[in-house]
Amino acid sequence: MSDAHAHHDEGWVKKYLWSTDHKIIGMQYLFTGMLMALLGGYFAYAFRMQLGFPNQPVPGFGLVSPNEYNALVTNHGTIMIFWVAMPVLIAAFGNFLIPLMIGCDDMVFPRLNRLSYQIFLVSALVLLASFFVPGGGFGGAWTAYPPLSSQAKFSLTPAGSTLWLLAVALEFVAFLIGGINFVTTVMNSRAPGMKWHDIPVVIWMIVIASIVFMASVGPLVAGAVMLLMDQQFGTGFYDPIRGGDPILWQHLFWFFGHPEVYVVLLPAMGIVIEVIAVFSRKKVFAYKMVLYTAFATGILSFFVWAHHQFVAGIDPRMANVFTVTTLLISVPIAEMLFVTIATLYGGSIRLDTPMLWAVAFVAEFLLGGVTGIYLGSSGSDIYFHDTYFVLAHFHYTFVPIAIIAVFAGITYWYPKMFGRMLDERLGKLHFWLTVIAFNFIFIPLFITGAAGDHRRIYDYTKFPDLARPELQNLRALATVATVVMLSAQVIFLYNFFKSMRSGKRAEANPWQANTLEWLAPSPPPHGNFAELPTVHRGPYEYSVPGRDLDYWPQSDPPEDDAAPDAAPEAAR
Amino acid sequence: MTTVAVSVAPRPGSPRRTPVASNAVVGMAIFIAAEVMFFAALAAAFTITRISAGGTWPPPGQPRLPVEATAANTAVLLASGIAMVIAGRRSAVHAARSTSALGLALALGAAFVALQGYEWVGLLREGLTMRSGPHGSFFYLIVGAHALHAVAGIIALAVAFARARSGRLAQTYLAGARLYWCFVVLLWPALYWRVYL
Repeated sequence: MSDAHAHHDEGWVKKYLWSTDHKIIGMQYLFTGMLMALLGGYFAYAFRMQLGFPNQPVPGFGLVSPNEYNALVTNHGTIMIFWVAMPVLIAAFGNFLIPLMIGCDDMVFPRLNRLSYQIFLVSALVLLASFFVPGGGFGGAWTAYPPLSSQAKFSLTPAGSTLWLLAVALEFVAFLIGGINFVTTVMNSRAPGMKWHDIPVVIWMIVIASIVFMASVGPLVAGAVMLLMDQQFGTGFYDPIRGGDPILWQHLFWFFGHPEVYVVLLPAMGIVIEVIAVFSRKKVFAYKMVLYTAFATGILSFFVWAHHQFVAGIDPRMANVFTVTTLLISVPIAEMLFVTIATLYGGSIRLDTPMLWAVAFVAEFLLGGVTGIYLGSSGSDIYFHDTYFVLAHFHYTFVPIAIIAVFAGITYWYPKMFGRMLDERLGKLHFWLTVIAFNFIFIPLFITGAAGDHRRIYDYTKFPDLARPELQNLRALATVATVVMLSAQVIFLYNFFKSMRSGKRAEANPWQANTLEWLAPSPPPHGNFAELPTVHRGPYEYSVPGRDLDYWPQSDPPEDDAAPDAAPEAAR
Repeated sequence: MTTVAVSVAPRPGSPRRTPVASNAVVGMAIFIAAEVMFFAALAAAFTITRISAGGTWPPPGQPRLPVEATAANTAVLLASGIAMVIAGRRSAVHAARSTSALGLALALGAAFVALQGYEWVGLLREGLTMRSGPHGSFFYLIVGAHALHAVAGIIALAVAFARARSGRLAQTYLAGARLYWCFVVLLWPALYWRVYL
């Protein structure tokens, strides 16, 4: 590969496709995630059209058949969680930010890092291939419960379900390698002087999320191997007729699946806290508390999984235990939201686009959290189980995580990534359209869900008590709002790619932030820093009394006149 | 900005602080933690299936597992682990001194896998297969998963052995391989207790 480009300093392939540079790998993850997001959005468009305007040809797709509908819903969920939220929030931001924010030149295992992206890319290609095999893509929901997923006679996708499973398993391998890299790098490569409590919150969150992911993924891989054998080698791990147990899959899946929620939530929360501190010009309220509650959340997240199975036939006494743990985990999350509000309180707030996204995250995620209480209580969950109420609830958590917080992060770090500023006017237009449309999608679905709309119905005209016009109008409203929200992303893409070429040039530290990445030039060259930095204080020293500037970069040496020995201590 | 800072970084990620443990050891420890969860899930799934089956295990009419022969084989694997620890100790004095202990660990590890394979052939002849019910499925799944890990470890040991002979064995490589091999060795008695007894 490199021979063809030998006359260059570095060939295009070597520089952008075969690179071991953490920033390039981060961008590879970001762009792959964005492409997959477009695909996931397109799927949502197709099946929402079928629900809003049943049995009419969908422009740009055609008539949605029941099997296609199932495959669209399944792969929308799979893609948005495993190929958008995970790669963008953890891999893209983790790769790009970790070495820059802890002040080193690259990850500790750069070649493993490259391998991680390559495996991830293969996993995405395998998933894409699964749509084109005989029988079509897998349609047994992203949770893949057996026997629907384990036997071709039920799923009707003999090859699609195996390719789907293979893609998910490969993706986990990629993130396992990535996670090892992240945690080791943060442990061993921090800039001199950077103590545990000088690490920015977002880095902590990515590290905790990686640990939670790596501790929970083993059981799902074990379950996936068993499912794969059931599909292809005729074993009966999940087949009750042959002595197996279908509930076993649910336990293995959700033992991973629920921690996974926090795996994506914590980095999103980290980005939001980072942005809110910078744009409030205030120290993060209760930094250590955030850190410890993040650890508490990580631990607690391993003890809530069975709340997905309240109606699956588990012991009611067990359901009681999981109700308690589930409601308990809302405490640390609520605490983190209060921290963001307390950070805002009394700050000199600047409402630039990243800040709008960050504040919107707090508002919208709150709704997602509050509605979860009804579902976490095993009694009320019997009614709400598998309705659109559940769907609206988790979209009110996942959209803030994977869309809103990601936009906060992209708009905030864009100047560092590409050396140019985004257009603020377009950014704000995109923000308002996206957030307003988002609420118009899912508030109606809370209502239809409470009225009894089941999640897995393809065509409501077949259900007289659900096909009433007042409910159908809400479904149509949600569909129209989906189209508006998806269309608004065109503005973002235009802004994103246009600013890359012709945006205002960004200085090294356009937001006047403290963390180390803003010390590097924008965009940072290979090796990141002209001179590797040394850290003298915590990451959130904003509006320190007695200073002329309202920020105080972590790498600035202490001022001589203000008691040199005491300065770094007082900063903590 | 293109001219600045191109000259830095002799090696990417080289630490500028003194880490508590080397990158290789930290990375391997994290990997092993994930692996422990993987095997814990397999063992838990097996335990649940076994309990819900009720009555005797293995189910009536199913072949009995070679409990005694495998106990002897377990001792072989443990001996291999001890040899590996000795190799690590010796290499701390001088890298070349670890060669013989590494070779012993490698030979014992390979013997373990070979004997396991021999037992599998016998069991397959007696009619215990992946498809003959949960007993066979879980047996081959769990023991097979361990065998795959053992084979990976043997390859790592063979590389270490070859490098030690030619005097190119890096301390970090040996430390990572030793940690992994200790995991494979110590995991086995737990699986033996769970699956065979």
